[in-house]
Amino acid sequence: MEMKPNAIDLVRDDFPILKTSNRNRPLVYFDNAATTQIPSQVIKAMTDYYIYHNANIHRGVYELSERSTLLYEGVRKKVQNFIHAKSDKEIIFVRGTTEAINLVAHSFVRQQLKPGDEIIVSEMEHHSNIVPWQLLCQETGALLRVIPVTNIGELAIDEYEKLLNARTKFVAIMHVSNVLGTINPIKQMITLAHAHHATILIDGAQAIAHLSVNVQDLDADFYVFSGHKMYAPTGIGVLYGKKKCLSKMTPYQGGGDMIEKVSFYALPVFADFPAKFEAGTPNIAGVVGLGAAIDYLMQVDLSLLRAHENKLVDYALSRLINMSYVRLIGQSDTRISIISFVVDRVHAHDVASILDVNGICIRAGHHCAMPLMERFNVPATARVSFSFYNTFSEIDHFLLVLEQIRKMFLCV
Amino acid sequence: MCLDLQALYQEIILDHNRHPSNFKKLDQANYVLEGYNPLCGDKIILYLSLHNNLIQDIGFQGEGCAIFTASASLMTEAVKGKTVEEARKIFKLFHDGMTTSKDNHIPFDKLSVLSNVKKFPMRVKCATLAWHVLKTMIDPVSDDLDK
Ligand SMILES: Cc1ncc(COP(=O)(O)O)c(C=O)c1O
Repeated sequence: MEMKPNAIDLVRDDFPILKTSNRNRPLVYFDNAATTQIPSQVIKAMTDYYIYHNANIHRGVYELSERSTLLYEGVRKKVQNFIHAKSDKEIIFVRGTTEAINLVAHSFVRQQLKPGDEIIVSEMEHHSNIVPWQLLCQETGALLRVIPVTNIGELAIDEYEKLLNARTKFVAIMHVSNVLGTINPIKQMITLAHAHHATILIDGAQAIAHLSVNVQDLDADFYVFSGHKMYAPTGIGVLYGKKKCLSKMTPYQGGGDMIEKVSFYALPVFADFPAKFEAGTPNIAGVVGLGAAIDYLMQVDLSLLRAHENKLVDYALSRLINMSYVRLIGQSDTRISIISFVVDRVHAHDVASILDVNGICIRAGHHCAMPLMERFNVPATARVSFSFYNTFSEIDHFLLVLEQIRKMFLCV
Repeated sequence: MCLDLQALYQEIILDHNRHPSNFKKLDQANYVLEGYNPLCGDKIILYLSLHNNLIQDIGFQGEGCAIFTASASLMTEAVKGKTVEEARKIFKLFHDGMTTSKDNHIPFDKLSVLSNVKKFPMRVKCATLAWHVLKTMIDPVSDDLDK
């Protein structure tokens, strides 16, 4: 189906920031993998929350607190439906992907590890899915094993199969790479992990806005993501865990709401999950915003918009491939709308600065994936990442500036 | 090219990026120090041949963006053949020029082009990395350096 131009214009109208500027030029926002922009529907839901419903949850007997609690718990249901979880009790609100991974490391994996046990991650992971496991290995004497990445930027699944063994206790893998854009074959990887009685966590940070996620169909034990990469605000994220996993978990933080009974003469009695892992007053407005973002994604024609994203990335790739001074880092065909590249003899930060003064926001650096930079032997890459509100003419503008950069730096 | 861009990437910056001065390992260096900017991965090794309080020769090797490379190159030109005191003075002029909010330029010859980087706060660290390495090497605490 051909994308009608007005469908994208309509979507763009929902995002007020797209009408603003960057360095006095019309804003071209190509850093959606870092954080996505917020539609006015989400902004309104959060404003309304503060105007009409603001109260602490699970505490007051008054109507206002009841309303706030209902809103908050209602979003748990929305998330459950959005990722097709079996129960809303399996949805735990956290700060983001990073906190979700740390929570699982601390409360689920740690207690099971003995010296010599193994945890598997991959070479393309974000630091947030490496460092918590390194810390845990340091503490317990477990070993971190790493699935290598192939030259085109895919996971070497045959190597993964070789790494799995009876000592493998846990596997932690990203659904989609924030650098390469590659979609990993996580369903197959989950099946393989389970065949070796290992539990597996999927870092869905880059997948959640671009792919349909069905945690039951995937059979994921844990699936985690951040709101701010799916048109919701920062400071809110989700830890999905299967009931059977959550019920084995020890508390993460102690405090109010996670407790049933506290006394100086007896051991504390913990609340059941999800409350057990949501100590203290949570980010209620953030949860409301997340719920509104899910509503937004349900209300737009998502398959049409995702098809548009795919066309954008295909178009950009087809043009970049023909630019001899551009090297693509990651050439998998199974990908989302993220492209990393290096420009011959021009550092990624210079590329980003020159795009910046032309109004175009891109990311340059190691993208919190230093091991992957090492793998491809580059200090940094430039990265563009598209959302459905981006346009072909924005990409043309970007390509034109790239050509300027070449002229400026290479004098040709 | 738009004005901001011209300001940041003046021809002199591009030139020094393409052909940096003193871009070499100094085998006879008696002081060597590395610097690293973890944010963007800029890396430098600075070599000094420092005798009788005089920077007789200076060289650098490294990897980074154009702002970093040009700044390091211009710095080596500015302090080569200078005494440690003179080099400290130049550092101070550079540092003040880079940190004051005013539009004033670094009153030192070619170095003034670097003050344009101030308009791009995220890039200031690129311009200052080499200088901070030098500063560490010639700081008063290491006055007993060489006699
Ligand atoms: C793949 C991946 N994992 C984890 C994270 C960390 O997410 P957050 O910073 O929201 O906790 C990111 C965000 O950059 C990411 O891209």
